[in-house]
Amino acid sequence: MEVLQLLVSGLANGCVYGLIALGFVLIYKATEAVNFAQGDFMMLGAFVTLGLTNAEYMHLPFWIAAPLAIGIMAVLGYLLDFFVLRHLFGQSQTAVVILTIALGFVIRFVAGVIWGHEPQTLESPLALGDVSMGGVVLGMADVAVIVVTVLMTFALYQFFQRTKLGLAMQAASQNQMAAYYMGIPVKRVQGLIWGLSGAVAAVAGILFASKGAIDPNAGLLGIKAFAAAVIGGFGSLPGALAGGLIVGVIEPFAARFLAAGYSQIAPYALLLAVLIFRPHGLFSQVRVKKV
Amino acid sequence: MRIHFKTSYEHDIRLFPDRWSFSVYAVLLLIAFGLPYLIDEFYLGEVTNVLIWAIAGLGLMLLTGQTGQASLGHAAFLAVGCYTNTILIEMGLPFIVAFPLAGIITGLVGVVIAIPVLRLHGIYLAIATIALSILADDIIVLLEPWTGGVSGKFPEMITIFGFEIERWSMPTRFYYLVLAVTIICTLFYRNLLRSPLGRAFAAVRDSEVSATAMGVHIARTKGMAFGLSCMITGWSGALMGYYAGTFNNETFSLVISITLLMMIVIGGLGSIHGAFFGAVVVAFLPQALSIAKDMVSSGGVAIPGLETGVFGLILILFILFEPMGIYGRWLKIRTWFELFPFARKDMFKRQKSYLKTERLR
Amino acid sequence: MSLLKIENATLKFGGVVAVNDLSFSVDEGEVYAIVGPNGAGKSTVFNLISRFYEPYAGTFNFDGQNLLDRNADEVADLGIARTFQNIELFDHATVLQNLLVGRHRHRKSTLLDQMFFTPRVRREERRHREAVEEVIDFLDLQPYRNKMIAGLPYGVRKVVELGRALASGPRLLLLDEPASGLSVEETQDMRWWIDDIRKQMGITVLMVEHDMGLVSGVSDRVLALADGAKLAEGTPAEVQSDPAVIEAYLGAGV
Repeated sequence: MEVLQLLVSGLANGCVYGLIALGFVLIYKATEAVNFAQGDFMMLGAFVTLGLTNAEYMHLPFWIAAPLAIGIMAVLGYLLDFFVLRHLFGQSQTAVVILTIALGFVIRFVAGVIWGHEPQTLESPLALGDVSMGGVVLGMADVAVIVVTVLMTFALYQFFQRTKLGLAMQAASQNQMAAYYMGIPVKRVQGLIWGLSGAVAAVAGILFASKGAIDPNAGLLGIKAFAAAVIGGFGSLPGALAGGLIVGVIEPFAARFLAAGYSQIAPYALLLAVLIFRPHGLFSQVRVKKV
Repeated sequence: MRIHFKTSYEHDIRLFPDRWSFSVYAVLLLIAFGLPYLIDEFYLGEVTNVLIWAIAGLGLMLLTGQTGQASLGHAAFLAVGCYTNTILIEMGLPFIVAFPLAGIITGLVGVVIAIPVLRLHGIYLAIATIALSILADDIIVLLEPWTGGVSGKFPEMITIFGFEIERWSMPTRFYYLVLAVTIICTLFYRNLLRSPLGRAFAAVRDSEVSATAMGVHIARTKGMAFGLSCMITGWSGALMGYYAGTFNNETFSLVISITLLMMIVIGGLGSIHGAFFGAVVVAFLPQALSIAKDMVSSGGVAIPGLETGVFGLILILFILFEPMGIYGRWLKIRTWFELFPFARKDMFKRQKSYLKTERLR
Repeated sequence: MSLLKIENATLKFGGVVAVNDLSFSVDEGEVYAIVGPNGAGKSTVFNLISRFYEPYAGTFNFDGQNLLDRNADEVADLGIARTFQNIELFDHATVLQNLLVGRHRHRKSTLLDQMFFTPRVRREERRHREAVEEVIDFLDLQPYRNKMIAGLPYGVRKVVELGRALASGPRLLLLDEPASGLSVEETQDMRWWIDDIRKQMGITVLMVEHDMGLVSGVSDRVLALADGAKLAEGTPAEVQSDPAVIEAYLGAGV
């Protein structure tokens, strides 16, 4: 029974990692760049919702505040691409990596100035009540997290596989120049994807903040989500979710069964092991360059 | 406008291309040696800090700027250097042996880690090195019998043949020690750049396939770059330990790794000058911010995240407007004056480039 | 005496057969050209010789040594240098530095030598420089010596890549489409250079080329490939008049 409880709570945590990882993978699939600030995006999404709905701020009803926050984050994502990332067009991945890390610092600082550094809780209807099934106790928020994550992964997966825009986004990442010549507005497509990933980050943030408190450093969670994305293989949406679940489940089990001090190492040790033995994740996409 | 007439191949092999640049660096060196007589102890300490960061910057620059491998885990190697040096001295080795050895051991640790890690490209490498940096913290705690764990360690006073050096009571002596290490590391770096290995680094950075076709062993060259980079970083770490006076598992955190990488980008990737310019920014930014804060408001309330936030903003501005860093800007200004009045606006215009997938490397 | 001898080479990518039971040999001192339509497997043959691809079957012999015993980075040590179809230069280095990388296989100094830049390294560097300067003179690259690759026009890059291969002092030079993208004058220069490389330097040349003018102008023998298999082999005139070749190029029923 204890094992089951650990498993379920691990899965719920894993879904949050998975959601953040989805954001990474979205951007990676479409722009070949990696947004190291995705965790901070999530934190910002949570704070924007909190600012809209909590009693001491604007006190809007949650069901208005949440879509609004998702919209705001989507616009923010688009603008970020428009004003910052678009100017890096064609530069190396490493430049984007460093830039987004710096961006994370800036977002963390701004959030700290606006909302302070004390942990705050989101007044969310999701945060109320527990569900008990066969001796396993689950928070409502946990259930919501799992359901929303699975739905979103499925929807995004369908989007990339089936829609014209989704395919255009993939094409744009694989060869920018060729995609240009094929009439794909590469820059606009990239802007859209940044907006989409902003929205996904907001959803992750809302769910995360419903599960517990949030503070400006919550974005550091992004590193674990990162491990999740890598374990799953960077180019794959279901892989990101799977990776998130693996990391999420390993954590409570490691904490329970490993000696103190070893448990927090577990996700990163796994990450390194995956990178060494399957250098491009469990669902890899790498081929040899043709010359 | 300077024109050099080259009369022998030696001209391109020499450390300094011409008499003018030789004299510039000679004057710079003279100033560096005379600095303790020019400024007070507080600022001498700050300059020492700049030099220590610059050494670390040189270490990472060798890997990132020359060989094109971005590492976000170099704080781990600062830690290895720092702990190794302290432990070796505690074991009874004299500083003059322990210190070089600490760097070499760090380099060897780097090579061992490089073997699996450097097969990775771009972001995967970045992620693996992040994991390294996070793991280093936990591993230091786990190795408590050697490292002192959370309570940390205090490095002993340095003695070189009975001559004592201590950071707080003898800042001038400590400054000269750091300066000597800086000069040695810079010379190593410069020598490598004009040697076959330095060219092999650039070859690996720019095109792995054609480097291979020219007989460059990719894995070995990258491993060499990683090892040498870690060696220099290890020395810097050892000096940082002395400079801080105490260190524990949290001293060499992921933030230090990130700061280091951002520092060399701001300074200018791929140049020795870049490491020094970047170090100046990193070391003096906290000072500048606290002065600025005093000017805005007299109440000295600490704002958490201010330093990293401003640092991040500076970096973003640099990547957007001056990807070549401070050194790149400096070159442009210098060229403008050298060619005056013939400089053209688009002389440094960047070529338009398109990114192809790195999945097909 | 054949310098390079390839027998029954086969390479498959998944289910696709890229090179199919191909045998040919290149004699010392000749210029040997491989022609064929796009996707015929010409560059693949080069990549097999460079050891970038592992063959499915076949023997690869260079000057009595088994190429398959070597790793990709050890091929240069045997005296095989190559250029690439899409130019693979070191973009953020000068022309001089690019050419000096060509000398990589001749280095003898150790890591410690290089860190301290001992007189030995200095002497070696001077020798490398002399060798590279000969190539610069040969290819008229003097004006570009200290220019960054990233700012050079396409035609010059093509020549620099040839120069880098020559700087390594090879016995066999693999040229992957040396004239593609070059203007008429540049192609003419390339033709003279290939002639001189063979005659003055005594280097054997194996090249892949589409420009039949260049091929018939410089090569002794031509191999026509289609779908990874040998279609015809012989003098340029023989191959050009071969019915199978004409059919492969122009399609059936002509």
